Amino acid sequence: MNSAYALPMLTIFPALGALALLILRSDDHKFIRGMSLFVATAEFFFSLVLVPGVPIGSSGYRLELNVPWISSPPIHFHMGVDGLSAFLVILTTLLTPISILASWNSIQHRVKEFFIMLLMLEVGVVGVFLSLDLFLFFLFWEVMLIPMAFLIGIWGHDRRIYAAVKFVLYTMAGSILMLVDLVEIQRALQTGALVLPTQTEMILFLAFFLAFAIKVPLFPLHTWLPDAHVEAPTAGSVILAGVLLKMGTYGMMRFCLPLFPLASRKAAPYVAALAIIGIIYGALVALVQPNLKKLVAYSSVSHLGFVVLGIFSFNTIAMQGAIYQMLTRLTSRSTVAWLLQCRACRHSSYLWRSLLWAFRCLTGLSANT
Amino acid sequence: MPILEHLWIIPLLPLVGAAINGLFGAKWPNKIINSVALSSTGLSFVCAVEAVREFFSYYAQTQQAFRKEFFDWIVAGNFRAGFDLQMDQLTVVMVLVVTGVGFLIHIYSTGYMSHEGGYYRFFAYLNLFMFFMLILVLAANYVLLFVGWEGVGLSSYLLIGFYFLRKSAADAGKKAFIVNRIGDFGFMLGMFLLFRTFSTLDFDTLFTAVHNANLPREAWGVFGTFTIACLLLFMGACGKSAQLPLYVWLPDAMEGPTPVSALIHAATMVTAGVYVVARSHILFEHSETALVVVAAVGCATALFAATIGLVQTDIKKVLAYSTVSQLGYMFLACGVGAFGAGIFHLMTHAFFKALLFLAAGSVIHAMGGEQDMRHMGDLSKKIQATYWTMLIATLAIAGAPLFAGFFSKDAILFSAFTVGGNGGHVLYAIGLLTALLTAFYMFRLIFLTFHGKQRYDEHHVHVHESPWSMLGPLVILAVLSIFGGWFALPSFFGGFDYFANFLSPVFAAHEATEGLSEAAAHSLELTLAGVAVLTATVGFFIAFWLYLKQPGKPEQLAKSLKGIYTTLYNKYYVDELYAAVFVRPLMWLSENVLWKIVDVEAIDGTVNGIAHGATAVGDTVRHTQSGNTRSYAVWVVVGALAVIVILFWPALHPVLGTVSK
Repeated sequence: MNSAYALPMLTIFPALGALALLILRSDDHKFIRGMSLFVATAEFFFSLVLVPGVPIGSSGYRLELNVPWISSPPIHFHMGVDGLSAFLVILTTLLTPISILASWNSIQHRVKEFFIMLLMLEVGVVGVFLSLDLFLFFLFWEVMLIPMAFLIGIWGHDRRIYAAVKFVLYTMAGSILMLVDLVEIQRALQTGALVLPTQTEMILFLAFFLAFAIKVPLFPLHTWLPDAHVEAPTAGSVILAGVLLKMGTYGMMRFCLPLFPLASRKAAPYVAALAIIGIIYGALVALVQPNLKKLVAYSSVSHLGFVVLGIFSFNTIAMQGAIYQMLTRLTSRSTVAWLLQCRACRHSSYLWRSLLWAFRCLTGLSANT
Repeated sequence: MPILEHLWIIPLLPLVGAAINGLFGAKWPNKIINSVALSSTGLSFVCAVEAVREFFSYYAQTQQAFRKEFFDWIVAGNFRAGFDLQMDQLTVVMVLVVTGVGFLIHIYSTGYMSHEGGYYRFFAYLNLFMFFMLILVLAANYVLLFVGWEGVGLSSYLLIGFYFLRKSAADAGKKAFIVNRIGDFGFMLGMFLLFRTFSTLDFDTLFTAVHNANLPREAWGVFGTFTIACLLLFMGACGKSAQLPLYVWLPDAMEGPTPVSALIHAATMVTAGVYVVARSHILFEHSETALVVVAAVGCATALFAATIGLVQTDIKKVLAYSTVSQLGYMFLACGVGAFGAGIFHLMTHAFFKALLFLAAGSVIHAMGGEQDMRHMGDLSKKIQATYWTMLIATLAIAGAPLFAGFFSKDAILFSAFTVGGNGGHVLYAIGLLTALLTAFYMFRLIFLTFHGKQRYDEHHVHVHESPWSMLGPLVILAVLSIFGGWFALPSFFGGFDYFANFLSPVFAAHEATEGLSEAAAHSLELTLAGVAVLTATVGFFIAFWLYLKQPGKPEQLAKSLKGIYTTLYNKYYVDELYAAVFVRPLMWLSENVLWKIVDVEAIDGTVNGIAHGATAVGDTVRHTQSGNTRSYAVWVVVGALAVIVILFWPALHPVLGTVSK
């Protein structure tokens, strides 16, 4: 059997776990927690098969699976993994068991549903990072959205409904643009035009870019993040801060730049300007937040601005820096989110502050390199 | 095993110590923690000595610096930063000072901190600091140096905020970190600029490129690459080494435990800025402007901090301002091109300032935590060992002949004088004035603490001498404070300055005495030394007269010069100025404009507005669905009419047109 079949299996596996949880209909919370932890841990070890598949320093897709799926319009089930996506997938599968542990005692109602949602979220995220077909990518992008919205809306804090609706609407606005884009690209391909007219390319680029910019989030499309971050349960915050935001920058790297090279270059100065505004603006607003979770959210706006700036600088060093920043932030920020189980820093001890500062130093260090 | 080939072992040892104590030390008794911390730093010191010995024989054979690339760290495009370590004469001085003084202070801490909570945490941080500091001085490129640079900042932050339950300590830690970050911002920009111009950040390659290349025109001049890059690097140095205008964090850093003040905020970390300037001396020598700025800032800081030190009453605060002032001396030396003299003063300062802080710690220990000199007095008999060692350090810093500080300070003043022109003489004059102030405030400290009337309540304070674990390091440092400057002793008898000669391979024998015959230079040096000693004596006698002979006089003076006194006592209100000009406006802008108006009102308001608009439209349209059949019928008619009009519009158009006419 082709070893590339590992990719769809890796994607589907948590869904099977979720399905098992659903069918077993057990009310035993211990069993549910243990089961989901088992599934997530197994998934993590499973994802380690990607490591030998992607040797350091290799380029291109090492494991690739491409089978026809729908004949008209021609959609392929096309998955692949290279160094970038391998890293993101492994860190995602690592974060999921951690966030399950984080919700071990704090989730007390609708326990089964919670863990099903968490596993489904993992399906979506892993799928997004592995998909190479645009339609498949879009599909997983949407799969990820639903469980996240429920996580915020059901297990969140006081303003959870508002935050969940805001999250869904923002993301949907981007998704619609992406969907329209898919149809347009499909049409363009059918007419056989390999090079798009400049104006069309720009419009298509903008639609894609907006979809990703909302997810990043790039200033001024960021206001869903503080609300979602504050209202989400800890596990949600961990995944949100750690992984979800990187889907936006990942999409920019994977699709925006290669699909629309000319438009990307043309838009780069404006994107860079927004990124820089976001960097400074996010940092300043983070400075005065009384709520630690909001502080983390705004600092995410600031730091992801660096990543976008790196992507749109069009040189190797900046691109590597952007990737590196994504990875270091992924680990450090989810740790911070995990530590922030207490919500308002005005009431928290100095220990939390010093921990936070220690982590900020470390992120600062990695950001500088 | 040849240590030189495995230089990484020197920084690694303290890191291992930090990891062991930090991860497992929480439940261990103090003894085990001590042995881990002391053995790691002690071994590191032994390795450093051995590496230095090997380096000397290596140098004798090859006549060049030792350099080794251990592994690639970052490779991206044409950018490479490796884990490359190097050793040359400058590194030798720094490594020995860091490991040697560091080890002594570790020993001292085992006594000083023995009653404190978080014992393991303290030693884990202290070892971590040693690791980063050694990376800083051993690094062979700017990027790795910057790792150490940021790392010592982190350890400094952790140690200043060691008593983090005390708000002032936590705030002081944050202040130190943030002010340092401002300097680091400049440092990073400087590195970026250097990389852009020379495509490398490796010391060896970079400095050779500077020497050989036909540099483009824009590299030169007041706003050339060299000037800008050097000034940006110097901005980082100003933050780390507490120079104007970024010195404000260092006095607050005294919130940390006293051994920390001695090691990090006097002997080693704060000299990192001087080290960087000396390390980059080839760049600085290419820019007249940058050198002038370095000299001016150093000189101004030396005087500025010394004046504040005159009136402080907290024993550690006096020493803190003294440190700022002495660091200014080192930059003054670098600014006039006498990098060797700057490093010489760095070394002697490490000895006597570490000693001063440790002795002050011993006093505080004896007084049961009291730091205010107004509540001390007449301690000299009760804690004799502390008194004598502190007196030695005071003589050294004041520049008494044959003590360490005498030689290094003399070398600096001499270089400033001989650099020539009015500028040189002004620098010299200010340096001399600072020397007078230094002698004054140091003896003021001695007299207030150890002499005069007893001003504390004997029933509450049980004065006791410190244990030998604390006194031992004091004695060793006292010996170093006396003999540490004798490398330069022979030059006073017309001989050889061993220290300057030792560093000459690094600084390429920068002769300050060009144009002077050797004999003339020598007699000038002796004259200047005599003047400096006289000045210091004046400072001593003023302190003697004011604080021993006429104990009421200082208060009278303070009253008659009230304006000056309160300004100095409040440190020229610089903290208040920064708060009013930078901190509060920025916080206000962020909170009230950016957050509450731009974010909440404008952006979120628009988003919510769109949502509300959609709801409102839906709500309005909903009312048309009333369930009333007759109104539906009306809508059907209206709709049908509309369809008819649209369908037949082309046909109707001319008809309607004629009608309207």
